[in-house]
Amino acid sequence: MLESIVFYTLATLIIGFGVLVVTTRNTVHCVLFLVANFLCVAMIYVLLAAEFLAIIQILVYAGGIVVLYLFVVMLVNLQRQPATAPGRRPQARAGFALAAVMLAELSAILVFSASHPASVAAAAPPAPSGMGNTTMVGLLLYSDYLVPFEVASMLLLVAMVGAIILARKDA
Amino acid sequence: MPLTPITPYHYLVLSAALFSIGVVGVMVRRNIIIVLMSIELMLNAVNINLATFSYQLHDGAGQVFAMFIIAVAAAEAAVGLGIILAFYRNKETLNIDEMNTMRW
Repeated sequence: MLESIVFYTLATLIIGFGVLVVTTRNTVHCVLFLVANFLCVAMIYVLLAAEFLAIIQILVYAGGIVVLYLFVVMLVNLQRQPATAPGRRPQARAGFALAAVMLAELSAILVFSASHPASVAAAAPPAPSGMGNTTMVGLLLYSDYLVPFEVASMLLLVAMVGAIILARKDA
Repeated sequence: MPLTPITPYHYLVLSAALFSIGVVGVMVRRNIIIVLMSIELMLNAVNINLATFSYQLHDGAGQVFAMFIIAVAAAEAAVGLGIILAFYRNKETLNIDEMNTMRW
């Protein structure tokens, strides 16, 4: 019961903030709605027993990436409003149509799989108790997924160097 | 009103809705910063999906992959915003309809 209330509240907030991110005119407000959206998604992770992921979401997304967006939005203060291109409406309509088709397709898949719940029964047994979420994720990261983990760190290093070179004044 | 218990399908529907909002944002908005933010929304929808299946199947791999997605999203945001800054310095615009030259 409590889980239902929390879930529906969070879902409403996530969808609402998502719509606001897409529709708001002021870009700074967009970024702030994005932070709220990310925080609500982090709470969804807590609901899904992924506490470490929730902390990472708050630290990296809501704390790091969004601040980056905010800096760029404030660095490029637009003097002139972007002129609405004449051939813009058909593309917007196509965008809505594409999103509607995708939503219909995903809903169809969900309804279909909900009526065939056989695959859900094949769930693995729960992890041994006494091992927290962080312990489990850490063990996986440093055993099974060690190589992807190192590749991700290399990717971040390359991205850092690339961003510095791209954003340099005399580039 | 009796509330049905929350199943993984609830989370999947939420994820699908968030992903569709991201698609609308990418297709409709012309400000490139907002397009990048819509892509972040879509990545978040995918992460909710991964966390849901990780919870359902009692397998931590989903959470690990969600973390990799967050790392890649951070790299993408850094490089993408660097490109936006460099572009803005040269063309004084953020409209992606005017971003049609490979070099100048």
